[in-house]
Amino acid sequence: MTRKKRRLYMLLLALLGLGTATALTLTAFQDNLVFFFSPSDLQTKVAEVKDRSFRLGGLVEEGTVKRLPDGVSVEFRVTDGVAAVPVAYRGQLPDLFREGQGVVAEGKLRPDGTFMAREVLAKHDENYMPPEVTDALKRAEHFKETAKTVKQ
Amino acid sequence: MIPELGHYALVLTLFVALVQSTLPMVGAATGNTAWMNVARPAAFAQAAMIGVAYAALTWAHVVSDFSVLNVVNNSHSLKPMLYKVSGVWGNHEGSMVLWVVMLAGFGAAVATFGRNLPPTLQARVLAVQGLISVGFLLFILITSNPFTRVVPAPLDGHDLNPLLQDPGLAFHPPFLYAGYVGFSMAFSFAVAALIEGRVDPAWARWVRPWTLAAWVCLTAGIALGSWWAYYELGWGGWWYWDPVENASFMPWLAGTALLHSAVVVEKRDALKTWTILLAIITFSLSLMGTFLVRSGILTSVHAFAVDPARGVFILVLLALATGGSLLLYSVRAPTLKAGGVFTPISREGSLVLNNLLLSTATATVFIGTLYPLFLDVLNLGKVSVGAPFFNSTFVPLMIPLVAAMGVGPFLAWKRGDLPGVLGRLWVALVVTALTVLGAVWAVGGPVMALIGVAMGAWAFVSALVEFAERIRLFRVPAGESWSRAVNLPRSAWGMTIAHAFLGIGIMGMTATSSWNEELIKGMKPGDSATVAGYTLQFETVRQGFGENYRAEVGTFRVTRDGKPVATLEPERRSYPVSRQTTSETAIHTTAFADLYVALGDPDAQGLWVVRIYHHPLLPWIWIGALGLVFGGLVSLSDRRFRIGAPERRRKGGPAMQPAE
Repeated sequence: MTRKKRRLYMLLLALLGLGTATALTLTAFQDNLVFFFSPSDLQTKVAEVKDRSFRLGGLVEEGTVKRLPDGVSVEFRVTDGVAAVPVAYRGQLPDLFREGQGVVAEGKLRPDGTFMAREVLAKHDENYMPPEVTDALKRAEHFKETAKTVKQ
Repeated sequence: MIPELGHYALVLTLFVALVQSTLPMVGAATGNTAWMNVARPAAFAQAAMIGVAYAALTWAHVVSDFSVLNVVNNSHSLKPMLYKVSGVWGNHEGSMVLWVVMLAGFGAAVATFGRNLPPTLQARVLAVQGLISVGFLLFILITSNPFTRVVPAPLDGHDLNPLLQDPGLAFHPPFLYAGYVGFSMAFSFAVAALIEGRVDPAWARWVRPWTLAAWVCLTAGIALGSWWAYYELGWGGWWYWDPVENASFMPWLAGTALLHSAVVVEKRDALKTWTILLAIITFSLSLMGTFLVRSGILTSVHAFAVDPARGVFILVLLALATGGSLLLYSVRAPTLKAGGVFTPISREGSLVLNNLLLSTATATVFIGTLYPLFLDVLNLGKVSVGAPFFNSTFVPLMIPLVAAMGVGPFLAWKRGDLPGVLGRLWVALVVTALTVLGAVWAVGGPVMALIGVAMGAWAFVSALVEFAERIRLFRVPAGESWSRAVNLPRSAWGMTIAHAFLGIGIMGMTATSSWNEELIKGMKPGDSATVAGYTLQFETVRQGFGENYRAEVGTFRVTRDGKPVATLEPERRSYPVSRQTTSETAIHTTAFADLYVALGDPDAQGLWVVRIYHHPLLPWIWIGALGLVFGGLVSLSDRRFRIGAPERRRKGGPAMQPAE
């Protein structure tokens, strides 16, 4: 086998590897990218998130956390100050889950508009606010400000 | 006084490192022996100085000197001694000092064992090591000084994050860092070789043991971290494809590739430029791992230290190290002479395939980990990439890798005979098929799980068959087989052990991801639940105490078919100082499964959220990881790697061609 031929084989192999990886990655991206939405985003994007898993983030609305009689199902509302979405979850809530605190939940939207959370993300630090939530809150704040100006 | 001494030692280390990184490099370029000779004493002095700094910091933690900010933030007078010591590296500043301690330690090791290295190569390697030290020391002194004082000193500290107060995690960072930093050796040797313009088998013989040692440490570190996540976080999973986990997994994948390509350089003098590139990439990924975890730019389930200002510094460091070395590579690599030729079907060919698949896998993990970051930077929306992405990209790439892993070691160097090899592997093929049939009979699908089982069985059996072939088992009398086995090079033993145990690990991963059972239930003392044939009777909840926490301890009596199996006592601990609660799971481990109970909090009616998992074959994952580490250590004890002994190897070993 000459050096040239070997190089050709290597190149073909490498291209094959690269091609496979690209194909795998692209298909995986199509199905498995999990988008992040705030409650106000959801109002405009309901059609987009149909049947797809996504992350919902905001603050746990005060006074809405309800534990159901089975002891493990929880319902609460996630708000960004402009809109709120009811969330249902079954399982252990993270230790730092509290009313009025930031939260990120991953799951799907049911046809009745309730967000079925598969996972409620834990943060190990009580001072920590998920950056997405901070952002979403800022955007909502900005939205309210502009709304006020328009009304005036 | 002692913290100031530590600070002073840290500054001294920086100056020593500056000298170490410049004089020997210039000396090697101009042929000035005196300047080159500065490298070794400088390396020792650097290790000693940073050792003093680290000892000073440890002292401050051990005696709870609350006038030091780092101690205030991460310690408490009531914290158990183990965590006072491990708390030194359980925080950002301390862990960076540990990074440099390791780096200087490796430098000192080159200075000690590298007497028979070509003098210019040794000088340059140590200079590059010094340069990396300079970067990290500047980083520590400018952005993360661990010796900052607070006036007035508070009476007590804020305590270490309770999740980190755990024996598994206490030793996770040192191993992880030893792995990351260990790859700096491969990097320094690669850069030095590029400057020298020469890569030969002797170079590879030098790089391989260091890479192997780093890889062993990184494997142990990742396994410890995964084990900790499994029993401490209480979510029942052992790997989440979390960015922080991926950050350590990428250098591991690249390092595994490097380990295998270095074999080709050593044995066949081929793949040299590729190996150099891989060494640069592996260490860059290690730096990036540090960067990702330390900067907090990625949303992670467990990002502990978060500070963007530091992130920018490390990013610049990363850009300089990676960019600089790649630039050097692009200029110098074409001048390296290509070595031996081989056909695609050969040992070299199979190792090339291994490298190709491993680097592709690294790339998919890289994309999955950083894609959300790119989108965010470009303001294109917030996304996250979770386990499903990695399962559909990374896992399919592992299938051909494991398949080739069984065949590769049988192929001859230069030109192999594939049909002949497959003929010799018939035992492995039959056993694999039988295992899959057994799995179908026992549990049925899904298809991916059966493929996983096939891969695990194939890796395990083919490794054993290869070993049996090598000692000519059943073809020569047992005594001769035995003496062949004893005389086999340790590196061959190491390969067999690592490959076989990887198979066991794959079995564990497959079984536990496909066939686990989970039950989440609100339970009162007196209730019982049944999972996977086990009945768990929830008896009581009592109060418990530790040195720095209170706990609620649940008692579950486990029976199977009426016979008692175990008593499990999961705990829910609350740490008053940091006002955090953690769950301590209780696990009943048998050879074939884990029964796992975690206790949540009670609601108003006294119902406790209880999570019970049955994980089939999960212990095999840890057994597999231990086997990888053990295989690596056995291989590391090979006499050819014994530093200073390469010339003696011809006399000792058997005439057989060692292969790994």
